[in-house]
Amino acid sequence: MKLKTTLVAALLGTTGFAGTATAQTELTMWYHGGGNEVESNILNSIVSDFNASQGDWMVSVESFPQGSYNDSVVAAALAGNLPCILDVDGPVMPNWAWAGYMQPLPISDAALDGHLDSTIGRWNGEVYSVGLWEAAVALYARQSTLDALGLRTPTLDAPWTGDEFMAALAAAKASGEYEFALDPGMAWTGEWYPYAFSPFLQSFGGDIVDRSTYQTAEGALNGDAALAFGDWWQSLFTEGYAPGTSQDPADRDTGFIDGKYAFSWNGNWAGVATLDGGVDDVVFLPAPDFGNGSVIGAGSWQFGASGTCPHPDGVAAFVEHALQDQYLAAFSDGIGLIPSTTEAAAMTKNYAAGGALQPFFGLSEAQALVRPVSPGYVVAAKVFEKALADIANGADVADTLDAAVDEINADIERNGGYGH
Amino acid sequence: MASKLTTSNRAGWGFALPGFGLLALFIVVPFFFAFFLSLTNQRLISPNPTEFVGLDNYRDLLSISVLSIPPERDDAGQIIRDDDGEPTYARVRTFTRNNPDFPQYAGMREWFRWHSGDTAKVVVATDVVFWKSLRNTLMFVLVVAPVQGALALGLALLINQRLRGINVFRTIYFMPVVVSIVVVSLLWRFLYADDGLLNNILHALSFGLFEGRDWLGDENTALGAIKAMSIWQAVGFHMVIWLSGLQTISPTLYEVASIEGASKWQAFRYVTWPGLRNTAVLVLIVITMQAFALFAQIDVMTNGGPLDSTTTVVFQAVERGYGKQDISGGSTISVILFLIVLSISLIQRYLTREK
Repeated sequence: MKLKTTLVAALLGTTGFAGTATAQTELTMWYHGGGNEVESNILNSIVSDFNASQGDWMVSVESFPQGSYNDSVVAAALAGNLPCILDVDGPVMPNWAWAGYMQPLPISDAALDGHLDSTIGRWNGEVYSVGLWEAAVALYARQSTLDALGLRTPTLDAPWTGDEFMAALAAAKASGEYEFALDPGMAWTGEWYPYAFSPFLQSFGGDIVDRSTYQTAEGALNGDAALAFGDWWQSLFTEGYAPGTSQDPADRDTGFIDGKYAFSWNGNWAGVATLDGGVDDVVFLPAPDFGNGSVIGAGSWQFGASGTCPHPDGVAAFVEHALQDQYLAAFSDGIGLIPSTTEAAAMTKNYAAGGALQPFFGLSEAQALVRPVSPGYVVAAKVFEKALADIANGADVADTLDAAVDEINADIERNGGYGH
Repeated sequence: MASKLTTSNRAGWGFALPGFGLLALFIVVPFFFAFFLSLTNQRLISPNPTEFVGLDNYRDLLSISVLSIPPERDDAGQIIRDDDGEPTYARVRTFTRNNPDFPQYAGMREWFRWHSGDTAKVVVATDVVFWKSLRNTLMFVLVVAPVQGALALGLALLINQRLRGINVFRTIYFMPVVVSIVVVSLLWRFLYADDGLLNNILHALSFGLFEGRDWLGDENTALGAIKAMSIWQAVGFHMVIWLSGLQTISPTLYEVASIEGASKWQAFRYVTWPGLRNTAVLVLIVITMQAFALFAQIDVMTNGGPLDSTTTVVFQAVERGYGKQDISGGSTISVILFLIVLSISLIQRYLTREK
């Protein structure tokens, strides 16, 4: 008899326990920052705060190394095993949204108030993903270099013109103090090429695809502006201003700090390392203006709901929670990213007024242009990368850009126009 | 034959079943799958339904033709010559882009050209990169198969001796085989770098005469550099196969040869080499197949560049199928590669058959 009551009590106890656990619906989440301890700690604290702050949802995180993250998502989607909350790189989002891997995020407009526009991922007029941070690219230089070469310091309002920029490279080369005048970062293959270099093309007046229809690259990527861009791009290498595609990745990381390069085209994430490396007088200059304004790339990692998730409202609740300024500031302090609101920027070490990396916030606000918002971007980016590498290696500019246009157009056609 | 395989041999088939099953599941079925996909427009990611497109993929990949461009003439009918006295030609893109007079060349690109008299003969193809990858792969096989096979045989002869410490050498030669090819490729990327070990050694050996060169960044040396590295990496594997062949040759044959007064060369020529016949066939076919599958080195070291000088067929298949999300295009390349390797293997089998 006694045994029986204990059993019943135990049973009641376990079911009761299970009952409280299931009151919170579980939401799985995948994250691209596997292997980065600082990043994981910040994310985990956001998740545990969220789980403790309400009784409806219980988020659990799985992290993947960035290099294989996109492949993992595609494989999981093909196998029907997507998590609920997806972490997605800004320019890839339209591709996944179009393919049905993601669904619109039912997030309130109030939560997005004051966010940098480029941190909000929109496709077909709906919000699919929101980012906690933004990234920006600038021309790294030493103030002492500018002074020694007698160069005007460009500003956001008055950036260097293309001619001024080339004159600066020529002066740096003529000084004989540098192995190369400019380090564009050719060692960083992959998304870096379209992210970092397509803004130059846009500043010339071209683009990867024609953004008015997204149905063709003809004229955008092989028109007169694009040909001028291609000739300029090739001249960087034929004139010996920049190291080519076989650049040692180690030189990419430390070449500017070591004084091998006078100028380096690099992202805000390298800013802290550059300061720590002893370059006290580093200045972050805006992109040169080749005729159509100074442009830099935009759109970083963002959170959204997967297509198969039955609880998009839960995902939205989590994202709204994560968008609090204190978390944006924590990510920024932890891994050097640009917070997506002005308020959060004021709370950070580096992006507050007078902070070492503050120029990047201004660059993001003033010059950022997202990469083409199209499901076809994923393929176009690959084609663009190869075209730029080939031109840098001496391929004929017009033929190479023509071939890139043909390949992009054929891909758009095979995909029925990508749903635009 | 048939009766031997089918009657009262249940145990045999039972033992073979796991192997056959796995082979069928992971090699035979995927091949038919690839063949089927190559006839469709299947994408890696797409909400659009898959459509049957017939042989379109093969046509896009393989279309090739020769375009004759006459030299440009001025109003008087004289050939316009540049400063070097060479005739000038209209650009290929004027024929292949938006030119209704030459619909057969639409969308094609120049692969290479030669001159016949004053006329330029330009080979144009829809998919120049594929043709280049095919040429690179064939060049790779043509060099690697004989050189790697011969080097492996040489090493096998060297270590097939009863000497103190010979196992140390066996281990050293075999070591690159057990190291991951990705790690090996990364290391060689450093060796080949502008200020890498190779340039430094050559600089020192030539007393400073040799100026360093960018081995992987130069389209003339990149593929050669990868060939050398690949030969070094896998030579140990084939050495072991040769070694096992060498050890099946009965020592009595060598005793007879030495009694007959045969020189070392004669012993090799008339005892060793005939005894290695089957091993040689195996090594040749295995190296050929492995060489056709060249991928990891390219992916890690050059990404197919510079200017497509190191791109290969398998690299293109992966790049298209996965990188550019075009599964049907990648499958088409795989099917073509399969047919090439199959026919070359059959030719090799025929040439090396027992007469």
